[in-house]
Amino acid sequence: MVDRIADIWGTRTAFARGERWPVRVDLRLADGVTEADVDRWVASACVLCSNGCGLEIAVKDGEMVGVRGRATDLVNHGRLGPKGLFASWQGVRNGDRLTRPLVRMGGALVETDWDTAMGRIVERSRKLLAEKGPLSHGFYTSGQLFLEEYYAQAIIGKAGLGTPHMDGNTRLCTATAAASMKESFGSDGQPGSYSDIDECDAMFLFGHNMAETQTVLWMRVLDRLAGPNPPRLVCVDPRETEVARHAEVHLAVRPGTNLALMNGLVRELFAHGWIDEEYIAAHTVGVGELRSTVAPWTPERVADTCGVDPADVRRAAEIFGTSDRVLSTVLQGFYQSSQATASSCQVNNLHLLRGRIGTPGNGILQMNGQPTAQNNREAGADGDLSGFRNWENPEHIQELAELWGVHPDTIPHWAPPTHAMQIFRYCEQGSIEFLWVSATNPAVSMPQAPRIRKILEKEDLFLVVQDLYLTETARYADVVLPAAAWGEKQGTFTNVNRTVHLSDKAVEPPGEARSDLDIFLDYARRMDFRRDDGRPLLDWTGPEDAFRAWQECTRGRLCDYTGLSYEKLRGGTGIPWPCNDEHPDGTNRLYGDGIFPTEYDRAESFGHDLLTGATVGPLKFRALQANGRAILKPAAYHPATEAPDDEYPFLYSTGRTVFHFHTRTKTARAKQLNRAAPSAWVEMSVPDAERLGLGEGDLVRVASRRGEIVVPLRVGDVRPGTVFAPFHYGYWEQDRSGPGDRPTAANELTETEWDPVSKQPILKVAAVRIEKVADSVGPAPAPTNTASRPADASAVRPTAGGPDAEVEERPRETEPPAAPDEGGRR
Amino acid sequence: MKLPVYLGMLQRAEQELASSFRTVADGHGDEPDVRATCELLASQCDEHVAAMQPLVDRYGSEPSDEPERLHAAALPHPRSGPLALLRDLQDVHLLASFVDMTWTLVGQAAAALRDEELQQVIADREAETQVQVGWLTTRMKQAAPQALVVAG
Repeated sequence: MVDRIADIWGTRTAFARGERWPVRVDLRLADGVTEADVDRWVASACVLCSNGCGLEIAVKDGEMVGVRGRATDLVNHGRLGPKGLFASWQGVRNGDRLTRPLVRMGGALVETDWDTAMGRIVERSRKLLAEKGPLSHGFYTSGQLFLEEYYAQAIIGKAGLGTPHMDGNTRLCTATAAASMKESFGSDGQPGSYSDIDECDAMFLFGHNMAETQTVLWMRVLDRLAGPNPPRLVCVDPRETEVARHAEVHLAVRPGTNLALMNGLVRELFAHGWIDEEYIAAHTVGVGELRSTVAPWTPERVADTCGVDPADVRRAAEIFGTSDRVLSTVLQGFYQSSQATASSCQVNNLHLLRGRIGTPGNGILQMNGQPTAQNNREAGADGDLSGFRNWENPEHIQELAELWGVHPDTIPHWAPPTHAMQIFRYCEQGSIEFLWVSATNPAVSMPQAPRIRKILEKEDLFLVVQDLYLTETARYADVVLPAAAWGEKQGTFTNVNRTVHLSDKAVEPPGEARSDLDIFLDYARRMDFRRDDGRPLLDWTGPEDAFRAWQECTRGRLCDYTGLSYEKLRGGTGIPWPCNDEHPDGTNRLYGDGIFPTEYDRAESFGHDLLTGATVGPLKFRALQANGRAILKPAAYHPATEAPDDEYPFLYSTGRTVFHFHTRTKTARAKQLNRAAPSAWVEMSVPDAERLGLGEGDLVRVASRRGEIVVPLRVGDVRPGTVFAPFHYGYWEQDRSGPGDRPTAANELTETEWDPVSKQPILKVAAVRIEKVADSVGPAPAPTNTASRPADASAVRPTAGGPDAEVEERPRETEPPAAPDEGGRR
Repeated sequence: MKLPVYLGMLQRAEQELASSFRTVADGHGDEPDVRATCELLASQCDEHVAAMQPLVDRYGSEPSDEPERLHAAALPHPRSGPLALLRDLQDVHLLASFVDMTWTLVGQAAAALRDEELQQVIADREAETQVQVGWLTTRMKQAAPQALVVAG
C-alpha cells in the first residue's frame, strides 16, 4: 500500500524509449470494503482533470464505494491520481448534495418541486423572448458536463432560442488551446498523442505544471525519466515546480513575458538553421513574416525582458533544434497570461519550422484544464459552432440548419459567438436579463470577483443555477436545479488527446436530482421548440439518442465520431477520434502527412490578427491560399497592461494545487485531499520575505487595485518579485457567497482583461502589494510535496495522508495496451 | 511637388488618430478589450508619427491650401453606454480609414519617386493601419446587434 497523499505519483515502473508504458493498476475502496465485497464494477473515466483516465466505479448496495484504474485503457494503463482516487466518488456521494429544486421566495431560496421550478424558468424565458427577443438570453456552462449535454444545450441556444450568448468556463481553461490550433492549423483538433511521451527525445513544458495538473501524465514522464535514454526536459514556469526540478533547463520567466521568450526561441531556430526548408516550403505559409517578426529577439534581449539567463535561452533552443523527436505541452502558464494565443501559436510554429509534428515522439499537446472541455468546443455550447464549423462560412451554417431542421437565419452567425466575459458585461449593462449557469461557479472562478458578485446579485438578472451543491454562485440564483453527478448518469466525454470514453450510470442520483441532459430536454419540451416541419426540436429520449444525433453532426468533419458507438466504447479503452470507416479503431495522431484543414471549405476559422484580434475574414483568407498548408502566424511582443509600480510592487500569479480541482466543490469533500490543503495561502520567495521582514505562516494582506485577500504566507520557491496564490478557496464552507472579514479567493485581486484572440481572461498577471496583518501561529496550510513546498523544509511538517490515504498499486499486472493506427504516419 | 502637403496631412492625421484612440480608451474603460486595444493602437500611431519624421525632414511638410477640407477631426470627448461605444468606434473608424487611404496615396507617390526609404516606411505602417481598421470593424460588428436591438 502507498500513501498517495504523501507520494502523489506512486511507484515507478521505468521504461525505455519506444517501449510500451507498463501497466500499474491503482485501487482505492472505502474503509472496510474489499474487492470481493463489490457487487459490480461500472466502466467510466475520471472527471477531475483533463487527462481522462479510464476507471471502474465500485458499486456495493447501490452506492459508490471506490474506484479502480483500467489496465486496458490507452490513457492511463491502470493508474489514477490522488483526485480521482479520493474525490471522484467521495466528492459526489455525501450529505451536502442538492436533492430538490429551489426557488427564491421573499428573498430566500426555498425547496419546491420540478414543475414549479421549471415553470418559473419557462415563464421568464417566454416573457423576455416576447418583449426583447433571444439576445436577452445567456448561457454559461462548463467543462465538466457530458458531450450529449453540451450538444443539447447548443441546439437549444442556437436553433431553439437563437442567441449567440453561449459560453463555458472552458473560456477560462482551454479557449487558447482551441484558438491557437485554429490559427495555426485551421481547426481545433489535438495533433499529438500521450504516446508521444513514450517516443520522444526531448520534452518542452510551456507554462504547464503537469506534475500537479495531470498527475497521471506526469507519472508517464517520470517513468521515462527513470528508464534508459530518458528525454531531455525544458520547463518554462516562474515557480520551482516538480517539472522544473526534473528539467535540464528551467526558464523562470517574469509573468507576462512568454511571447518575448517564444519569439527568441523561434529566432534561434532560424539563426542556427535548425529548420526544415523542404517541409516549410511544402506544408506552411507565412515564413517571411514570422522570420522578420522574431528578428529583434536575440537571447540577450529575451534575457532582459523575461529576467532569465541568455545562456539558458540558447540551451533551450538548441535542445529543441537538435533533438530528433520533440514533444511540447502547453497549459495555463501560457493560456492565462498575456498574449496567450500568440505565445501558444509560437509553440506550434517551433514544430512546423522543423517539420516535427504528427509522427511518433514529434507532437504538440495544447492541453485542456477540464475533463470534458474538448466536448464543449466540439459540440458548440461555448463560443464555437457544432462540429468545428465556421460561423463565417454560410455553407457550414446551412449544414447545421439542415441537421436541426430550422432556417439558417435562426442560427446566429452575424458575428463570433459571444465570449463569457462579454456575456457578463451584457448582464452588467442589463441587456442580458436571463442567465443560465450550469456546472460552474463564476462567483469564485471568474476574474475580479467583487465585480462578478455585483453582477450576479443584480435585481433585474434572472439567474438559473444548475449544480450538485449550493455553491457561492447558487446562493445568488432565482432558481436552483439539483443535477445528477458523474456516476449517476450516462454519457460520453473526450480528453486532451481526443480519446472518447463512455461513462455508464453506476448509482441513482440523490433525492429528486436529474441529469443535466434531462433538465435541458425538459426545458426544450416546455418551451415547445420545434423544427420548421413542426416536429419537436429535440425528440431524444436519452443520452444514446443524443450521441447518435451528434455522430451525424460530425460526419466528414475532423472530429468524426461516426465510427464509434456506446457498444464499441465498452471495449475496455477509450478511442481517439477521428473514428470512421477509414479509421475504425480511431486515430492516434493528426497531421503526420503535413496536410492541415486550412482549405476554405474545411477551416473552422479564417483566423485573426494575433496582436489585436481583428478577424482576417473570408476574402483575405482565400488570398492567403493556405489550401492544406499550416499557417505560421506571429505577433510582436508588448508588455502586459498592468506592471508593478511603487504602490503595487509585486507581480501576482494564480494557479492550482495538486490536491484540489476548481472551487473544491468535490475535492474538499474528500477528507484525504482536504487535509492536505485545507485553506488558502500565498507564496513568496525567500529574498522578498526577508526584505519585508515576513516569515513562514505570517498572516498577510495581499491587495491589488481591485480587492484584497488575507491569508497565511508560505515562504517558498517562487521567482523573486512574483507572488502566487491558489485559486480554489471561496466561501461555501462558511455558507456565504462572498468574503466576510477574511477574503481568500484569488480572484478578489485579478483584473478583467482577456486575450484578444482566444478571449481567455488573464489570471496570471496583476500588480499587488503585501503587508503583514499578524504574526504566525503556525506554518501556512500549503502542501510540502508540490511547487508550494517551503524553502525551509525543517520548518513545516511534511504533507502525508495517513491510513485512509493508502492505495493499492499493482505494477506490471498485465501487458500494456497498444495505441491504434498511427494516423497518417509519414 | 505637393507630396509635402500629404506628408504633413498624414502626420497630423496620425496624431489625431492616436489622440482619438486614447479618448475612446479613457471613455470606455469598462470595456477592457476596447481600453487595452485602443491604448496599444494609439502607441502604434505615435510610432508612425515618429517614423515619418526623417521623411518630413527630407521632403518638408507644407500646410495645405484648404485645411478645412483635408482635415479629419479627432474625437473631442467620449460618449457613454453601448450605443455611444458604437458611435465612438465608428468615428475612429472614419479617421483610421482616412489615414489608411492617405498611406496608400503617399505610397503611390513614393513609387513614382522610386524612393525606397519612403516605400519601406510606408509598407509596414500601412499594414498596421489596415489591421487597426480591421479591429475597429470586428469590434463594431460584434457590438452592433446588442447595442441596436436589445440595449436600453
